[in-house]
Amino acid sequence: MASKVIHALYTDDDVLMHAVKKVKEAKHHIEEIYCPFPVHGLDKAMGLAPTRIAITAFIYGCIGLAVATVMMNYIMIEDWPQDIGGKPSFSYLENMPAFVPIMFELTVFFAAHLMVITFYMRSRLWPFKEAENPDKRTTDDHFLMEIEIHDNEDELRQLLAESGAVEINILEK
Amino acid sequence: MYTISNRLKIASIVLMVLGAIGIGIGFVSSPGTVEEAKAMVASHDDGHGGGHEVAAEHHEDVNEHGATTEAHGETHDASHDEHLLHQLQNRPWAALYVAAFFFFMISLGVLAFYAIQRAAQAGWSPILFRVMEGITSYLVPGGIIVFVILALSVAHMNHLFVWMDAEVVAHDELLQGKAGFLNGPFFLIRAAIFLGGWIFYREYSRKLSLAQDEATDNTNFVKNFRLSAAFLVFYLVTESMMSWDWIMSVDPHWFSTLFGWYIFASMFVSGITVIALVTIYLKSKGYLQEVNNSHIHDLAKFMFGISIFWTYLWFSQFMLIWYSNIPEEVTYYITRIADFKLPFFGMVAMNFLFPLLILMNSDFKRVNWFVVMAGIVILAGHYLDIFNAIMPSTVGDQWYIGIPEIGAVLFFAGLFTFWVFRALSKVPLQPTRNPFIEESKHFHY
Repeated sequence: MASKVIHALYTDDDVLMHAVKKVKEAKHHIEEIYCPFPVHGLDKAMGLAPTRIAITAFIYGCIGLAVATVMMNYIMIEDWPQDIGGKPSFSYLENMPAFVPIMFELTVFFAAHLMVITFYMRSRLWPFKEAENPDKRTTDDHFLMEIEIHDNEDELRQLLAESGAVEINILEK
Repeated sequence: MYTISNRLKIASIVLMVLGAIGIGIGFVSSPGTVEEAKAMVASHDDGHGGGHEVAAEHHEDVNEHGATTEAHGETHDASHDEHLLHQLQNRPWAALYVAAFFFFMISLGVLAFYAIQRAAQAGWSPILFRVMEGITSYLVPGGIIVFVILALSVAHMNHLFVWMDAEVVAHDELLQGKAGFLNGPFFLIRAAIFLGGWIFYREYSRKLSLAQDEATDNTNFVKNFRLSAAFLVFYLVTESMMSWDWIMSVDPHWFSTLFGWYIFASMFVSGITVIALVTIYLKSKGYLQEVNNSHIHDLAKFMFGISIFWTYLWFSQFMLIWYSNIPEEVTYYITRIADFKLPFFGMVAMNFLFPLLILMNSDFKRVNWFVVMAGIVILAGHYLDIFNAIMPSTVGDQWYIGIPEIGAVLFFAGLFTFWVFRALSKVPLQPTRNPFIEESKHFHY
């Protein structure tokens, strides 16, 4: 049996927030919400888990720092410890101040880029990806809430209508 | 209204008394003659075996007493002993000066932060304005004490500033060349102008801030805004010159262009830390009900960010000098790394690594005890920062964190606490008619 979903459209983010709270109170599972811009506090109202992307960034930064240290230690100290302008290349620590700019930049580089790539992968974003937009108006001035229907079509329709939806559509998915 | 609790009052008085005793012991036990100084060093000097050659060697580099560079052979030993005597005699003075300046700079850092909040019309901070004004009240006694110490130096009561010694200057062409700027009267006039300007802004801005609560319109607020913007310009110039005068000139052969910013970063982060600590203390006592953990979070973010800013300046100064290794400026770091290894590198760990790892997490910045712990380490780290700036040129390798240093810190900690909390108890802890106060009360991040 193909599942049916209900699409409720709103034109105001305040109304949307109230509707979300109402739907959550009635214990319905919200499948997805489409917004033209970030609505502050929407994730909290929906009860979404907090993002862990900052933690990944920290780990990537540590990796970048390690890469920079290992690379320069190998090249400048172990492989060919030349005397370049009197810099002490006897150990990594002795010559470390000269390496700090690179260590810093690689830390930032790894943290930033790998975090962005993580974001793309987790959000399934890439060139030529087919847009998953259920209604073109949600990129401009409409908000859309999608709820799956489990034999409670009328009840849901009434709840959403009361919550200030400007349009309610039911479609097969 | 806040009332200062008896326990806090007694604690601060006990600190002052203990500190005064420590300072007294420091002055009494400093040697009066060369023989006493030699005996002192010989009696509790184990690790220094053979250190005399080393000391004599970079004695020339440091050029604390230009006269000694000309003296060699027989006279060298005598001048070295006298040098040792001066270092030991300097110790209680330097300990006093470091602690006096450290607590003074906290209130000055808070004043800069306060002026920035006003000039930027920040919406989150007005609820903390009274706390900041309370802390800046220490500017008056703290500034007077620092000024008195400087005046005593000019009056030759101590050897903190080697350029004030006419005999040294007579043998030192470099100091003669700088005498147009570094001379006693001009030095004190500058100090008076700096202190006068800062204290004037503090008092006038406080007056306008209190008047705004009684007023029916916002003219006081607007006046205060303009005053703060003007003060920041004045502060930028005077703070930089102050750091040359009061800190960099203990080592008058050395100079660095970013030094003013470096000292600024140190005072700014200490000031913000103290705002956070005082706020958390007052909130824990049931005052400042409307301060929420988002305010603490913001302060902790500033502590975190400015700690990194301080490290950036510390490292920029260090790395540029280390890299080029020009003898005339690198001696500054050579003496520090030779004689002050632990405090010099320890402070980088305390001022950078510790806050970096503790305050990076957004949730930790909302937890009071995390902020307090990070704050205590940051404050201790920045005390060491000033210690590292003053001590190598005044006491050299005779440094030690003992009774004179701890006594001075305790004394000024007590005085600071007493003065700040007394000022806090004078007016209500929350501004009422600040145009941003509603936003500040409901600040949420």
